[in-house]
Amino acid sequence: MSVPPAIAGAAPPCGEMDVLEKLTVLTDAAKYDAACTSSGGDRRSRAGYIGNTTTAAAGCCHSFSADGRCVTLLKVLLTNRCVYDCAYCVNRRSNETVRAMFTPEELADLTVQFYRRNYIEGLFLSSGVYRSPDYTTELMIRTLRLLRETYRFNGYIHAKAIPGTAPELVEQLGFLADRLSVNIELPSEAGLRALAPDKTKQAILAPMGQIRVRNQQSREELVKYRHAPKFAPAGQSTQLIVGATPDTDFHILRLTQALYDRYRLKRVFYSAYVPVVENPLLPSRDTKPPLLREHRLYQADWLLRFYGFRAEELLEPDRPDFDTRVDPKCSWALRHLDFFPVEVNRADYEALLRVPGVGVVSARRILVSRRVRRLRIEDLPKLGVVMKRAQYFLTASGRMAEGLRFTQDSLLRNLIAAERPALPQAVFEQLSLFAPA
Amino acid sequence: MTEIIYEYDGSFEGFLSCVFESYLCKELPTAFSSGEELPSSLFPVRTVLTDPERAARVYRKVAKLSPEAADLLRRGFLTCLPEKELCLYRLTAKLLEQGPRFLRDLSDETLLPVLRAVRHLNGEVHQYKGFTRFSDLGGVLGGEIQPKNRVLPLLRRHFCDRYRNERFFLYDRTHHEALFYQEGKSLICPLDHFRMAPTDETEARYRLLWKRFYDTIAIRERENPRCRMTQMPKRYWGTMTEFQGESYFRPTAAPAGVSGSAAPAGIPAPGTPPAPGPSAPGSAP
Ligand code: SF4
Repeated sequence: MSVPPAIAGAAPPCGEMDVLEKLTVLTDAAKYDAACTSSGGDRRSRAGYIGNTTTAAAGCCHSFSADGRCVTLLKVLLTNRCVYDCAYCVNRRSNETVRAMFTPEELADLTVQFYRRNYIEGLFLSSGVYRSPDYTTELMIRTLRLLRETYRFNGYIHAKAIPGTAPELVEQLGFLADRLSVNIELPSEAGLRALAPDKTKQAILAPMGQIRVRNQQSREELVKYRHAPKFAPAGQSTQLIVGATPDTDFHILRLTQALYDRYRLKRVFYSAYVPVVENPLLPSRDTKPPLLREHRLYQADWLLRFYGFRAEELLEPDRPDFDTRVDPKCSWALRHLDFFPVEVNRADYEALLRVPGVGVVSARRILVSRRVRRLRIEDLPKLGVVMKRAQYFLTASGRMAEGLRFTQDSLLRNLIAAERPALPQAVFEQLSLFAPA
Repeated sequence: MTEIIYEYDGSFEGFLSCVFESYLCKELPTAFSSGEELPSSLFPVRTVLTDPERAARVYRKVAKLSPEAADLLRRGFLTCLPEKELCLYRLTAKLLEQGPRFLRDLSDETLLPVLRAVRHLNGEVHQYKGFTRFSDLGGVLGGEIQPKNRVLPLLRRHFCDRYRNERFFLYDRTHHEALFYQEGKSLICPLDHFRMAPTDETEARYRLLWKRFYDTIAIRERENPRCRMTQMPKRYWGTMTEFQGESYFRPTAAPAGVSGSAAPAGIPAPGTPPAPGPSAPGSAP
């Protein structure tokens, strides 16, 4: 392992850029990363330290940007200088763009001052590959160490582990951050080879494997020694770009499932590809980001994590993409009409969760309430069941909703109509492109 | 049972005293009033004095029957539910008469309005954990919110923990009360006249930095005003830094001598209380 460089000397001359300009450049360069949650931290407030991570259980949005995304962390790059040349990325070496670099002091000051004003929950630090993965990671470690030790910052930190970084450095990073993430970005090896020639599948999976193992060990040590240092206590996440490569939804969802199963990831984020360059290997610049697809993937991801679905139930090799017209759960229900109707007074939790319009919260409320008395159809909306969708799939005390008549065709039409108002505007517009004339 | 309107002091203890009174006098309150205007109606009005001991007896009784119900009462009393006292009275009466079993039926008609109001309150508390904004007023943090429900008592723990080494206040414009915190001690008290202290150059600078970050982090190709509005309704915007007009990003006072932008001098040394500044909310001139 090389000696951490002295940063003041190492920073390249950036002209006379002030912090406001740097912040602008390095935020702009970081904005395509979808991950912005502060969940899973467990730092309590300590005398002499600034902050805690106690809103972590539910995650805490401090604002929503004009694109409707949650803002919870100061999400910036340490630098957008990069020696790599990933075709899909604005920061790639060959792109003509303004470059900037924060000093550790500037970044620590911004984080702490934003945090004190309750603008943010903490810092999300990522970076272009400056000189080499190891060199960049050392700069990140210095920044985080300054923030934790000198500025005594006790809030949330999410740090990016750069593929190809030495394991010892990933190790150090993990003891400073609450969460680590390694972005896979391109969901297949072919995509990587074509579009990110400097990265390999192996280089990406190695730190992910290391993080999983160290996180597990650290948990076991904590059971034995209460004060054992915590390694990335909020686990790890990753991001997949959707729509830059020809990969199918089925492929992406299976990959997601494997990441949850094998690498114990806390979250997989999806990012609809926004064309930033003209490149024959990529969708043309006037292609709209595939927001509807991204939306369907998030819905399916939710079904994997909380509803007990498996990827293979939602999609198949000869039906590899999501139905654009209805959400994945409705789509599953329509293909399994023999499973329904579900009787709310008898069905177990797992079966209730399969009903479109019944969520984790309303399913639990049904379980609690039906112990007191038999539920009727009229009770269900009061428990939070969305009847517009659910009414076709359930009975209460053997009866369906009064006067409900439908055929297979009208059922599909009604379900499509029921989702419309809930869709984000841009997604809705993309959906209308698919609508029959 | 005679029907009657109770007038009381608007406090939680006062409300519990009313419950006690109604059982004592075998009366059924049809409305509650605290101060301002009395509902005009045919029923007689009586003023119920707050009696801490009676209040405690009612509360203990409720808590013994169901700790969840006691929590619902306390939280329900902070909500903006129309005629909240009446709803909470009915809930209490039903609990005292029938026992706690009906509380498990989450669609129960006496329980449901209170449950919904409390969910709304809890939601607003959660939102304000994120949407509250503070300014550094010469070393003291000060913020303002404009909630529908009385969220301060439920935000207290959160902000006192998070900013345990700071001094801060948070003013509720709707209910004219403020939370104060300093060195491990906090206080919520009514505050009729409130004016925010002036902004110095350092503060204006951080506001500008934040606004720039906020504007830059959005992806233009994905702009989605409707989604933003659903997630963060406009009523929150009034007290959020990123939605203020231009003048908010300019200093209104000479730079304070306490802190500069150079790190780490701008941060109060951990553990030591920050220097006093021109920040305590003053009364209007
Ligand atoms: S390594 Fe990261 S910053 Fe550099 S070009 Fe590739 S994706 Fe962009």
